[in-house]
Amino acid sequence: MPDLLELTSQGLYCRQGDFYVDPWRPVPRAVVTHAHADHARAGCDRYLCAAPGKLVLRERIGSGPPIDTLRFGESLFINGVKLSLHSAGHVLGSAQVRLEHAGVSWLVTGDYKTQADPTCDPFEQAEADVLVTESTFGLPIYRWEEPAAIAAAINAWWRENQEAGRTSVLLAYALGKAQRLAAMVDPTTGPIIGHGAVMKMVRAYRDSGVRLPPIDAVPPRARRVGNGRALVIAPPSVAGGRWLRLFGAVSVAMASGWMTLRGVRRRRGFDRGFVVSDHADFPGLLSVIEASRARRVLVTHGSSDALARLLRERGLDAGVLPTRFMGEAPPEKRAAAADVDADDAILDDDMVAEGSGAAP
Amino acid sequence: MKAFSDLYWRLDATTSTNEKLAALRDYFSAAPPDDAACALHVLSGGKQSRAVSTGLLREWAAEAAGLPLWLVEECYAQVGDLAETLALVLPPPTATDAGDEGLAAMFRDTIERLRQEPEEGKHAIVKEIWRRLAARERIVWHKLLTGGCRVGVSRTLVARALADVAGVDPAVMAHRLMGIDLAEPGAYRRLVDRETGDRDARHPYPFFLAAPLENEPHELGTVADWQAEWKWDGARAQIVRRGDDVAVWTRGEELVNDAFPEITAAAAALPAGTVLDGELLAIRAGRLLGFSSLSKRISRKRVTKKVLAEIPCGFVAYDLLEADGQDLRGLPLAERRERLERFGFRPFDPDSGADEPGPLLLSPRVDGDSWEELAATRSTARARGVEGLMLKRRAAPYGVGRTRGDWWKWKIEPLEIDAVLLYAQAGHGRRAGLHSDYTLGVWHDGRLVTIAKAYSGLSDAEIVEVDRIVRATTREKHGPVRICEPTLVFELAFEGVARSTRHKSGVAIRFPRIVRWRRDKQPADAGTLGDLLTMIEATALAEPSR
Repeated sequence: MPDLLELTSQGLYCRQGDFYVDPWRPVPRAVVTHAHADHARAGCDRYLCAAPGKLVLRERIGSGPPIDTLRFGESLFINGVKLSLHSAGHVLGSAQVRLEHAGVSWLVTGDYKTQADPTCDPFEQAEADVLVTESTFGLPIYRWEEPAAIAAAINAWWRENQEAGRTSVLLAYALGKAQRLAAMVDPTTGPIIGHGAVMKMVRAYRDSGVRLPPIDAVPPRARRVGNGRALVIAPPSVAGGRWLRLFGAVSVAMASGWMTLRGVRRRRGFDRGFVVSDHADFPGLLSVIEASRARRVLVTHGSSDALARLLRERGLDAGVLPTRFMGEAPPEKRAAAADVDADDAILDDDMVAEGSGAAP
Repeated sequence: MKAFSDLYWRLDATTSTNEKLAALRDYFSAAPPDDAACALHVLSGGKQSRAVSTGLLREWAAEAAGLPLWLVEECYAQVGDLAETLALVLPPPTATDAGDEGLAAMFRDTIERLRQEPEEGKHAIVKEIWRRLAARERIVWHKLLTGGCRVGVSRTLVARALADVAGVDPAVMAHRLMGIDLAEPGAYRRLVDRETGDRDARHPYPFFLAAPLENEPHELGTVADWQAEWKWDGARAQIVRRGDDVAVWTRGEELVNDAFPEITAAAAALPAGTVLDGELLAIRAGRLLGFSSLSKRISRKRVTKKVLAEIPCGFVAYDLLEADGQDLRGLPLAERRERLERFGFRPFDPDSGADEPGPLLLSPRVDGDSWEELAATRSTARARGVEGLMLKRRAAPYGVGRTRGDWWKWKIEPLEIDAVLLYAQAGHGRRAGLHSDYTLGVWHDGRLVTIAKAYSGLSDAEIVEVDRIVRATTREKHGPVRICEPTLVFELAFEGVARSTRHKSGVAIRFPRIVRWRRDKQPADAGTLGDLLTMIEATALAEPSR
């Protein structure tokens, strides 16, 4: 019996249902796990995503093609393949895609995290015969702290900066991480300011019904903003650029799972690094894999070789789904990812600013 | 331990000199003397022999974390720092309320004890520490344990912080720190005592260091204001002759009396209260032997008669820092030079080939009436086995550290060859996880032979790009080393090249570094071993006698 999903030059393809999951080239029908650039490409004829993520996806792909939606847990049949979406907890509307056909089930996790996030639905554990899991942080060095402890550290840094008269600049992915951080910090500390790329997604989040604290945009033609009191949330692409001069004296921190590594933080010259990730950490990956009760596991996107080998040693039928094809994903992304990556296979959406986020 | 760990992370978190200074000041003013002495030892790059092999640490960490060893190695490859890798893979501590031991006690009770214990004993101690320390402290402890606790503070900065703590002038503190034996009881207390006047009779002065001349020499003004000397390719040293004692100190503050018995003996005849600044050189029959010969002497605790005869050494003096027990550093160079010449040491001419000149020598002045004339003389440097010229302002006092403006090294242009990238290894620290350490090769009989390892010279952006190419062109992986298809050509600069039996290629290259990435060249365009042999012939260094 053929596999339910196969890798083609366009992306992950379901032949039986004639649709793609997160294709990296324009195709007739795309099922999209979430709206990050390496998963949601513009130019497809028709999209399907989870209902809470519709506005965010619309922001990403433009006004043309129709977007169908499914509520989490709801299912539909496409050419006889039963398809359902399950919350992945990664960003607003992020979904795992579960397929069932001829008595066999597949689950594609997309990107996911098991940690709590006030700006999106919590991760829902699903089961399937075959699991396709990401492994961005698939090494045992990656273990996240509780969100409350991370929030306390960020708040302390913000207050410390206020005392020293510095504006706090927190760099984070404009879609998802930025909104999550805004919801994590203590908004009574001072004003929160969002970069243009962040604000676009803040609006999409609010329009989708997510509650966020007040976040101000930078007024056009402003000369000096922040007054050494504000927390500025901006995509990483602003680091070292002219835009930061708006804020006078600043302390620049990066929020990313990669901040676990001292070398990465130092290489990029950040003042501080906060380990905040929208991906599962190593224990999270292992627990999801186990709870999925999958007979076969395909590991992709990250430390896939190591994780697959570990799973095999623990008696699972595990292999790598080669994501080298991911290299044909947007070149601007690849270039940006390259200066933080530790391995070929890691396409690091945790660190990367989007193309649209680069312009002030 | 917690206080020192906090200092480590404060220093790590900033690139600002002022913030580092404040962190050091805070630490030293609060730390108990024995902890402070210990911290000072570590911060000044004091080394201790490795108490336990890193291989065992990896095995034990894998066991403690319930992970296969290969996965720990895989993590190390991504983290690029063993101390950090171990701290990150280990499970969280279970006995965090065990109390905080001071740094000195930690050294005594763990690191020094570890050295004496058999393997099981070592394992027990390490496990106990892992049970107690949080991840951040574990990293610091691992670094102490494996003997590499670099935190990016210079000695000068440590001296400035201690000077503030003691309330003395930084130059005074720098002097007190020279050759200090922190293991001696009360040494730290005396160091930071405002009133301490009785300095150790053996202490050398802080070395004044030259900066590389980057502009045209004309910009230094008139040539008559400057004293030119050869830039020797030896080891900087001070001879301290006080009381009944002689001490030969290298710039790294190693006491090397035993490695240079002939120099120590000759120096004993100097009048008490004399300090000379100069260079240790290997000289045979009036010709220089080159640095590789000297290094065979300098690393010895005891020198055999045979080595003494094969590699005779001398000290060329170029400055007089103390005479008749008086500190002369405040005098202008011209005056110090005049008094130095009165000692009557024989000037050593690197081109003379004269008879055995004796161990105490004078670094001669190199005369020139114009910058052009000096430039012409400088161009003969390589054939003489020296690195170029030193330019010292005649009116300047002897400074402290690397103060720019009065002493310049005007080196000859480096040698260069185009070489092909053959192996690459992931870097450490800031370059962790990026393949930034390169082994390069040149052609010989239709094959590429390795000639040098180079760690520096490319921009951060280029390193990232090379890293990607390395990954894409990897032919084989041997642990952290990747053997690549030869596709990249780099221009390699180096200070010297000599024959060597220790290298497969038969040549040893000194101070290799990458100047630029030759994107315009193919591997076939790279240099050959023959090119290097031609360079060796053009450098007239003597061979040690056999």
